Amino acid sequence: MPSKYDYPPADKRSLIGKRITRLDGPVKATGQAKYSYDMNRPGMLIAKMLSSPYAHAKIKSIDTSEAERSPGVKAVVLMSKVDGELLWEGSEIAAVAAETEEQATDGVRKIKVEYDVLPHLVKEEDLSKVGANGKPSAEQTAGNPTQAFAASDVVVSEGYYGIDTITHCCLESHGNVVEWEGDNCTVYASTQAVGRVGGDLAKALAGEAGFSGVQPANIRVLTQHMGGGFGSKFSIDTWGIAAAKLSKKAGKPVKLMLDRDQELLMAGMRPSDYAKIKIAAKQDGTIVAWDSESWSTGGATGGTLPPIPYVFTEIPNRRLRHVAVMTNTGPARAWRAPNHPQASFLTCGAMTDTAAKLNMDPLQFFLKNLNLTARGDVYKLELEKGAELMDWKSKYHPAGQGSGTIKTGVGLAVGTWGGRPHDSECRITIHPDGTVLLEMGTQDLGVGTRTVLAIVAAETFGLPLNAIEVRIGDSKYPPSGASGGSTTVGGVSASTRRASIKALDKLFEAVAPTLSVTADKLTAVDGRVQVAGDATKNMTWKAACAKLGTSNISEVGKQPARDEGNLNDSGVGGAHMAEVEVDTETGIVTVKKVVAVQDCGLVISLKTAESQVYGAVIQAVCNSLYEERIFDQQTGRMLNADMEFYKLSGIGDIPDIVVHMVQGTYDSRGVIGLGEPPAVPPTAAIANAVHNAIGVRVSVPMTPARVLAALAKGGRA
Amino acid sequence: MESDNQGKPSQPAKKGFSRRSFLQGVGIGGGAAVGLSNELLAAPQSGSGARVVGPGPVRVALKINGRVHNLEIEPRVTLLDALRNRLDLTGAKKVCDRATCGACTMIVNGRAVYSCTTLAIEAQGKDIQTIEGFTTPAKMHAVSAAFVENDAQQCGFCTPGFVVAAKAFLDRHANPTMADVNRGLGGNLCRCGTYIGVRQAVLDAAREMRGGRRA
Amino acid sequence: MQAFEYANPKNLKEAFPLLGSQWGEAEVLAGGTDLLSLMKDYVQTPKRVVSLGGIRELKQVKTSGAGLHIGAMVTLEELSENAAVRRDYGSLVQAAQGITSPQMRSMGTVGGDLCQRPRCWYYRKGFGLLARDAQGRELIPNGENRYHAILGNDGPAKFVSASSLGPALIALGAKVTLASSSGNRTVDVEKFFLTPSGPGQREIDLKPNEILTEIIVPAAGGAKNTTYEVRQKVALDWPLATASVSLKMSGSTVQSARVVLGHVAPTPWVSAEAAQALAGKPLNESTAQAAADAALAKAMPLSQNAYKVTLANVALKRALLAAAKA
Repeated sequence: MPSKYDYPPADKRSLIGKRITRLDGPVKATGQAKYSYDMNRPGMLIAKMLSSPYAHAKIKSIDTSEAERSPGVKAVVLMSKVDGELLWEGSEIAAVAAETEEQATDGVRKIKVEYDVLPHLVKEEDLSKVGANGKPSAEQTAGNPTQAFAASDVVVSEGYYGIDTITHCCLESHGNVVEWEGDNCTVYASTQAVGRVGGDLAKALAGEAGFSGVQPANIRVLTQHMGGGFGSKFSIDTWGIAAAKLSKKAGKPVKLMLDRDQELLMAGMRPSDYAKIKIAAKQDGTIVAWDSESWSTGGATGGTLPPIPYVFTEIPNRRLRHVAVMTNTGPARAWRAPNHPQASFLTCGAMTDTAAKLNMDPLQFFLKNLNLTARGDVYKLELEKGAELMDWKSKYHPAGQGSGTIKTGVGLAVGTWGGRPHDSECRITIHPDGTVLLEMGTQDLGVGTRTVLAIVAAETFGLPLNAIEVRIGDSKYPPSGASGGSTTVGGVSASTRRASIKALDKLFEAVAPTLSVTADKLTAVDGRVQVAGDATKNMTWKAACAKLGTSNISEVGKQPARDEGNLNDSGVGGAHMAEVEVDTETGIVTVKKVVAVQDCGLVISLKTAESQVYGAVIQAVCNSLYEERIFDQQTGRMLNADMEFYKLSGIGDIPDIVVHMVQGTYDSRGVIGLGEPPAVPPTAAIANAVHNAIGVRVSVPMTPARVLAALAKGGRA
Repeated sequence: MESDNQGKPSQPAKKGFSRRSFLQGVGIGGGAAVGLSNELLAAPQSGSGARVVGPGPVRVALKINGRVHNLEIEPRVTLLDALRNRLDLTGAKKVCDRATCGACTMIVNGRAVYSCTTLAIEAQGKDIQTIEGFTTPAKMHAVSAAFVENDAQQCGFCTPGFVVAAKAFLDRHANPTMADVNRGLGGNLCRCGTYIGVRQAVLDAAREMRGGRRA
Repeated sequence: MQAFEYANPKNLKEAFPLLGSQWGEAEVLAGGTDLLSLMKDYVQTPKRVVSLGGIRELKQVKTSGAGLHIGAMVTLEELSENAAVRRDYGSLVQAAQGITSPQMRSMGTVGGDLCQRPRCWYYRKGFGLLARDAQGRELIPNGENRYHAILGNDGPAKFVSASSLGPALIALGAKVTLASSSGNRTVDVEKFFLTPSGPGQREIDLKPNEILTEIIVPAAGGAKNTTYEVRQKVALDWPLATASVSLKMSGSTVQSARVVLGHVAPTPWVSAEAAQALAGKPLNESTAQAAADAALAKAMPLSQNAYKVTLANVALKRALLAAAKA
């Protein structure tokens, strides 16, 4: 017997797994959706921040007096102290709130700061130039790599692999609107964590003059819509705290959103990774040894060793050395699947080059070594499906072989992610008039969370989607975790299913006497409550609810829960394949097609799930070809903190994308998150396709300059 | 009343806040179409020479979605900031703020423009169309409907700009190919990666706007 | 953006007295995409902005014996949709359409395209057109110069001209009219672009009290003209290198050629060497390649932009081969 808290079997699903249009589509596609940036509160002031023009400096003095007298300015707060050290360009110094945005900008320019400019490091690729900013970590070894590389029956492939830092570049910049009423505060936050930032703010304000009465319970956080986070929006951040102080000081609501350059300078980046990698493999393709010397930066904290060798973790002989490089650049924040895209690029790149050295098709080489992975069966299925959808057999050619100016190539890569669901509580209320209310303190980052909740509840009740009123994005609802690490959909689907089943059981109890059966004999389908196996005995949903008289049913479902169930799991795999064209005269790479094969257990909302995968692939086109932070070591400045030279793909720059969600096979595992998994392999797949096209390895982003340089060094133009 | 966050504009209503109370709060007559003469709508008139105004606030009349709004703003205020900060028309978004990303797109005299680098005062006497003017959740324009159907939005922050740019494009190109769409929407950027849906949505909307006729 | 006075004159006569006698006093506003961005970044902080939006005469396209007169306020969209332009000046249409944003084409004007400031990121960060730090150190030679000049860069100026139309207009032999209260002067577009040699100089031959009013493109006379741009993105993106050519043909032989490269030098770069290499030759793969090699023979790439020599070479070769087919 399946447990009570399973999802319905495939043949009984009317909504789960179907292509359903997202609930918030109409408000978004008509401009009616209100984001934090869009909040206009009565009497609201607009705040702007002064940020450091230096990559490394100490503040000698700050004089805000002229700013405070500036027309329209109502409050100024300091965000750094005199003698405070600023570790990257963009570091926050002070904030000014004024009646108009223009006045706030004027006010910021009137703050006088004297700096002690200190030495900085803003570039890390050339390890010979990082000096004391490079911190080596202890060497890690397994087996006997020295012996394995020296063996006479192995082929050794050696290469250099580089992937630069990128920023999050959320289109809605980070920020908040804060409004006080006595000790109570409402925060319209652009956040991935409505349940967390209020507590963060209360903690930050504790002990500050004027905020002694403020408790977490005093702070209400609202996020109905959020304009992109990708892992960078979990904290209230210094600017949220500054907005709260400005608002309190001025006695008016305050909006403080980062300017675009500030967003790119300081509100999140993905660490770089550079590595010299050696792989030893036998002639038949069996990998026997791995050796890597890697380095990376995550900004002021250095960059950690990426999880390499990636996916193929069981290579028997391994040696890894890593240097964390501290740079005076905006700090790293989680970026969809932290460290995994880089690890996939390093590992799948080195493996592809090894296959080329063995004169083996990388598809065969990857398949050959699946015993070194944790879920070989999944990857086998996905690689074979991907090869079919890509028509790999007819498109693959040995690396660098092909004629003409425009060369084509195909590449592949794999990825994995955990995604253990976060805690979540869902409250379902069934009213006597038949309406159903779902409340949860989660947030929809645009991934379709609202839609998922409605699908799970409506499926459980046998009701149409629009019968469920979904309320989220408010910290006063039952708590649900922050949306990061692909933890949301598993958590919220489970809590919703549990709450719905519990509520339905209560309803069945209320109507069982009328249908002259016991409650366990009832089912809810097609807008009716009926006796299982005897559809003639039924009543409409509305009539059933009317039996509640004057009282509601209100039930809370929790994830995790002690009762048995099979509602979610963690750990998935994905295989992507890319086809590219390289103009060998200009070095311009065009991605023609990407095939993304992904498992994520049971898919609740197929349409928005596919959108997640499309989006991950498109972001990979951006970062494999265009995105990089460009720093000037002389001045310490980021020269492209704008959207003109911090380049993102436009609509004409993206390939055909084929998404294949592995469904059915792994449904019984329950729901598993999808935010990170598809973001892992596509960059590596695209880079490997370029290698296949031109026979030479190019660092990411693969700009014309790099492609032409690589071709000049030994590629086959 | 709690806010309905499913299908409607979601402003928490706990203090009875409305767009009108915001507009009063900032001292603007939002519905002040009264008594506005053509003179104010036209570009500044000249007798012997052109009038120089500013740098302080000046009266600027903007015809937005068919309705005239009077503002007292400095000449440096952009069209985008005037609408977002003074008139609570927040469909157009501030993203790059430097004429690159298209999130601020409005239609001025029939052409898509970047409102972040258009001065509000320069838009006097012109016909300004924003997303609020041609589509609502209850009565969606074909472009919006096609965006919804094709899931051409994720976080949705670029979406209004895309919808407006797409409408302006389709108003002049009734029967576009995929290649035309790629060029016609080259002035807008998305971060979540919704372009696959956007492409199909624009093609679907074109067909719908032609009256369901296939190309 | 710093606050400013604003005026919207309805004819040139009204406009002239509103202009300043030196830079910094007043700026002329055309489409606004560049000027307002510069002002938001405080790179330009004019006390007065004089809009040309109300001056009707600047929006006209008309023909005279001297050729096609294109008003400075004609938008890039109007330019690329103009029947006469489409018939005779494919290179201009291609250059305008290379700006792959409808918003930019509907706002941007032909005058604004010629007068826009360089995109050099040091300039845009406030280090000046010559990109020097507070100690006077030149930042470009040892800095981030991937998009900077490969030709004409032996002086202190190492930015590249951002103009999209400039190279095509120069290849077509166009002139600009610069008007002021003291009268008009007409300058070859080629001479309009300048390479500053010291601080305070601008990169165009426009005085603070002048307005660029029109562009005059001589009759094409059957010259084959094309523009080829190397851009990394299909969507709105700055070219890495461009080439515009205008070829007077005699049968399949090039009688005379005008060859101009874009985004490679502080001005559009006229290559007499390429023109000479083509004169009297049939147009084919090998003569196109020879011309491209001649055009780039004297290139002096900076530390990071040798690739642009290759790209400019390819752009010119492809522009010539496209012209052969035109």
